[in-house]
Amino acid sequence: MGDGTEVDVSELEQMARRCRVDIVKMTHAAKSGHPGGSLSAIDCMVAIYGTCLRFDTSNPDWEDRDRFIMSKGHASPAMYSILHQMGVLDEDDIMGFRTLGSVCQGHVDMNWTKGVDFSAGSLGMGLSFGLGCALAAKMDSSDRRIWVMLGDGETQEGQIWEAAMAANYHNATNLRVIVDRNRIQNDDFMDVQMEIGDIGEKFRSFGWTVKEVDGHDMSSLVDVVDWANSEDGGPVAIVANTVKGNGVSFMENNPSFHGMAPDDEELRIALEELS
Amino acid sequence: MSAPSSGGASRDGYGRGLLRIAHDPRVVVLEADLGKSTKSCHFRDEYPDRTVSLGIAEQNMMLFAAGMASSGKIPIASTFAIFTERAFEQVRNGIARPGLPVHICGSHGGIHTGTDGSSAQSIEDLAIYRTIPKMTVIHPCDDISAEELTAQLLDLNGPSYMRTARNKVPRMYEDGSKLKIGSGSVLREGGDLAIISCGVMVGVAISAAETLSRESINCTVVDMHTIKPLDIELIAKLSDSCGAFVSAEDHSVIGGLGGALSEWLSTNTSTPLEMVGVRDNFGQSGASSELMELMGLNEAGICEAARRAISRK
Repeated sequence: MGDGTEVDVSELEQMARRCRVDIVKMTHAAKSGHPGGSLSAIDCMVAIYGTCLRFDTSNPDWEDRDRFIMSKGHASPAMYSILHQMGVLDEDDIMGFRTLGSVCQGHVDMNWTKGVDFSAGSLGMGLSFGLGCALAAKMDSSDRRIWVMLGDGETQEGQIWEAAMAANYHNATNLRVIVDRNRIQNDDFMDVQMEIGDIGEKFRSFGWTVKEVDGHDMSSLVDVVDWANSEDGGPVAIVANTVKGNGVSFMENNPSFHGMAPDDEELRIALEELS
Repeated sequence: MSAPSSGGASRDGYGRGLLRIAHDPRVVVLEADLGKSTKSCHFRDEYPDRTVSLGIAEQNMMLFAAGMASSGKIPIASTFAIFTERAFEQVRNGIARPGLPVHICGSHGGIHTGTDGSSAQSIEDLAIYRTIPKMTVIHPCDDISAEELTAQLLDLNGPSYMRTARNKVPRMYEDGSKLKIGSGSVLREGGDLAIISCGVMVGVAISAAETLSRESINCTVVDMHTIKPLDIELIAKLSDSCGAFVSAEDHSVIGGLGGALSEWLSTNTSTPLEMVGVRDNFGQSGASSELMELMGLNEAGICEAARRAISRK
């Protein structure tokens, strides 16, 4: 790491495995939710939370914390699993996912869950929100950094590119994007629905600095997150090539598990594979 | 560059109001290429470091504002009323749902906007923003009240939408007049009928009340500059004292001030209400005065509605 801190990659991999267990368990309990995009995103999130995000688990509202904007808000199980593994949420919280009164709402919601920085649910909005956070930090001369996680399907929303344009124009050097490039959206594979093409090149054309990474190789993720964190020449995007449903064989590359929960037997198999 | 507007245009009051709250370092003004028209340009001139240009990209502006508000700023975002509607879902999901204190100003609202034609004449903004939980909805009638109500935005804890108008109208207030977000202003008192008006129709309502007084119909005229929350206390009092209402607005009769009044009156009283507003159709190019005549948003329209309301008592 740039700050000289040693990162235990195998510990991060173990954390990601525990998060995957949470993801399949809470979607099974809720009988709904979005396991596929949670499992594809989780390694990236563990790399960010586990190495560089300045976040006080005992004081999630700390004003000068770094922000993590989960723009693909349907992947809420990934967010809740991280907060669970970090001790902000407990087992009962996450197992109440999607039930009446639960702090774990269907889509991430800053008013319901401590440690959640953005109320998502409608795709395409998080990058604009993150840019607002980024320029507010600059106005306050704060060095807090803003991470935004986007889904690749989400980049079909025009607002993403409005924000990408504005971020470069306003020199948002404290803004980092990570795109979960799992190539599947709600209805089907993206190349069937509407392929977006080279997402990294698109960000580059808007003036961003971009790197691609294997979104399930923790060692590479740690390196690229470290690189992104130390870049200060403008906004930075990481395109993480991922597999939807990663870690659970029958969910991998299976569009059905975008928005479908595992049944009892599927849960048993999934937990076996993740053990 | 828009036509110069001085005097009684509410957008000018908004511009001055921004300068009045500039002392609060949390205030940040956001623009979408229409600062000269909305009059946020004056704030930009004085406080360029707290003004952010976001280009012709209203959806991004609304969520940008939400991000700023979540970081302790008080963002005030303005564009034309009609273009705020392009980002309606952003306002609903990104600003109002988390209850963030973002203040939106939509200028050039209503048929009164005139020659730009129907694409620019928002006749539904008050209605749509009124349906969003936690939103305060404001529509001042002149520059003086717009300035004062803009200054009071700092007192709100949640989001708001304010519609301002492009063109000058007769002033209803003097400098230093008392008015408050959430409280209707009684501009004239009479015991036969209450005309509840907002925006550019307040002046027309005053003229109509004078005409009606010559028929021995004495009207109360209220500037209901806050459409939501509606001043129910005042409406209940006037329901008892006047026994008949006319609403007057440069907006569709569906869902705006008339709609709000109708919802409350029909479920709480048997007091008759007649509505003056746009009758579920689009405008066209033309002078403001021509369009207001064409749509019946005039003194004659209010007088006829008043006579109908009284006959239903």
